[in-house]
Amino acid sequence: MSDEQRRKERLDRGIKIRSDSLYAIMSWRELAYLTAPRFLLIAGILLLPLLVPGMYWQRVVSVVCIYALLALSFDLMAHYVGLVSLGGAFFIGTGGYISAMLNTSLGVPPLLAIFIAALLGGVICTVLLLPCLPLRGVYFAIVTLMYPLFLARVIEALDIFGGTDGIMGVESFPNRWVEQYFVIAMVLLFLFGLRRLVNTDLGLVLRAVMDNDQAVKASGMSVALFKGLAVFIASGIGCLAGACIVHIYMWSGISLFALDFSILPIAATVIGGGGTLVGPVIGCFILVPVSELLREFGTLRIVCYSIILMAFVVFRSEGIMNYGRRKYHQFERWVKV
Amino acid sequence: MSEEPILQVQEATKAFGGVLALNRVSFDVRKGEVLGIIGPNGSGKTTVVNCITGFIKMTSGRVLFHGKEITGKPPHKIADMGVTRTFQVMRPYYSLPAYKNLVIPLFSPRARRTGGWRGGGRLGDRNTVGIDILEEIGFERDSFVPYKLASTLPTGYLKRLELARCLALQPEVILCDEVFSGLSMSEIASMLPLIERFQMEGITVVMIEHRLRELFRVAGRIVVMNFGEKLIEGSPEEVMADEKVREAYFGSEEVEEVMTYA
Ligand SMILES: Nc1ncnc2c1ncn2[C@@H]1O[C@H](COP(=O)(O)OP(=O)(O)O)[C@@H](O)[C@H]1O
Ligand SMILES: [Mg+2]
Repeated sequence: MSDEQRRKERLDRGIKIRSDSLYAIMSWRELAYLTAPRFLLIAGILLLPLLVPGMYWQRVVSVVCIYALLALSFDLMAHYVGLVSLGGAFFIGTGGYISAMLNTSLGVPPLLAIFIAALLGGVICTVLLLPCLPLRGVYFAIVTLMYPLFLARVIEALDIFGGTDGIMGVESFPNRWVEQYFVIAMVLLFLFGLRRLVNTDLGLVLRAVMDNDQAVKASGMSVALFKGLAVFIASGIGCLAGACIVHIYMWSGISLFALDFSILPIAATVIGGGGTLVGPVIGCFILVPVSELLREFGTLRIVCYSIILMAFVVFRSEGIMNYGRRKYHQFERWVKV
Repeated sequence: MSEEPILQVQEATKAFGGVLALNRVSFDVRKGEVLGIIGPNGSGKTTVVNCITGFIKMTSGRVLFHGKEITGKPPHKIADMGVTRTFQVMRPYYSLPAYKNLVIPLFSPRARRTGGWRGGGRLGDRNTVGIDILEEIGFERDSFVPYKLASTLPTGYLKRLELARCLALQPEVILCDEVFSGLSMSEIASMLPLIERFQMEGITVVMIEHRLRELFRVAGRIVVMNFGEKLIEGSPEEVMADEKVREAYFGSEEVEEVMTYA
């Protein structure tokens, strides 16, 4: 049978249909079917710091979580509001500098400074991005890419906020376990929080803004308001990640505006599966350790990286999560056409 | 029906580049009436709706709602005041089921504020309210149609979905841009009672239509447009009797046919 004469048919598993609504669960098996993937993910992430060998890899886990937060922020904007943002570095830098200054100048303790930085940074980033909200696609992406470059040059040229030396002596987390589990808790909180958000009526409106903004306007709602709200949430998460970084490295400098923070979350989203929220997090758990392992290859790292990414784009463009979800929930079989 | 105007369009002018799509068009919409706007393709009917609802900015002229100027307000503010519209090129949320399409307007500040049994939010689950509205607008409640993806619905249902979006907002005015075009005679016949019911519920309706015969059954007054200008305004009989209307652009047989009906 040649390929043209058959096609793949996909059927939802009965258990998937039965367990779509929670009240329909009749047995432990169905309950397990529904909750096992979630449970495995949570347990896996929580146990990871205990399982990895040594402090170096624990630090890597923290960095993974930082990128995971950024990837969540990217996925929310790109796949639920339709704003493709390259603003990872912008958010990281803004959040990082705010938290560092709060801590060094005002003596605010790290855990409090991080939350203030997330809120304040979210407001600042949103205000700065507000004029660009009507822009679409690549134009919005370019603006979000320009801001970090711009801010880095301004800090350098005016020699403010520590100039090229950065801000030293930022207080660290009380100990490495707090650091580790704080960032992990944040990833889990925002992962499940955002998943809940996108399934509420508000989440539906956000998606409507992406699909069909004219109809949203005709429904008496301001498109700019909802885009602004989504950008605030996303940039707040990004700033939180940035604030965590400065307390992990005890230093804030213009390298916070590095392009890596903008690019890697997007690559992780491609690998993990856009629009699933959990996919990008998983993508980070793959990509960041790989990039650590490849560190000794120096610049060849980028080459390996690109090959992985290209392979995914070409062979599994739907990403791990969309693929896995399909296999988990559906039967597949070939049928003759 | 009162003579009091709810919407006033004054000297509305819109130029697209060099093209005058609207040239000093003025008319009133009276509270509670069904006003028809007719005219050949490209005569500026959709542009009038776009100007009233703020989707495009007028070059000059004013629009008043309840005597207060709404010219230049953004579209969502105008919809929020209760001036709603349908789109000639339908704009449902294709990736959502029909009833979920209504959750979005039901989430709007106006729907929450005005409440009522259709309100949603305050009175309960927006999904259920959405299905209620769909039933009201002619989706069979106990069928699977309200649950089908908008992308799989036939034209007739999409037109109804456009009207349902307006209804979800508890509108004062509905501007219908060619809701009957592309529908069969029987589909139109089943939608006409809806328009009559809107009117009985106190909603003012402005209908842009090509189907004159059906329009004249519900519309009390007609505005005729041609080349971006208002040609004449009056009752269906007056309008159809007018030489300019008859000769300028309607096919004479069609006018005869409609006249015998009116
Ligand atoms: N966005 C636009 N840009 C340029 N010209 C337009 C635009 N919209 C409408 N027009 C022009 O304005 C005129 C009136 O169009 P329209 O209001 O859609 O007519 P109708 O709805 O009566 O068929 C047409 O000549 C059309 O080409
Ligand atoms: Mg038109």
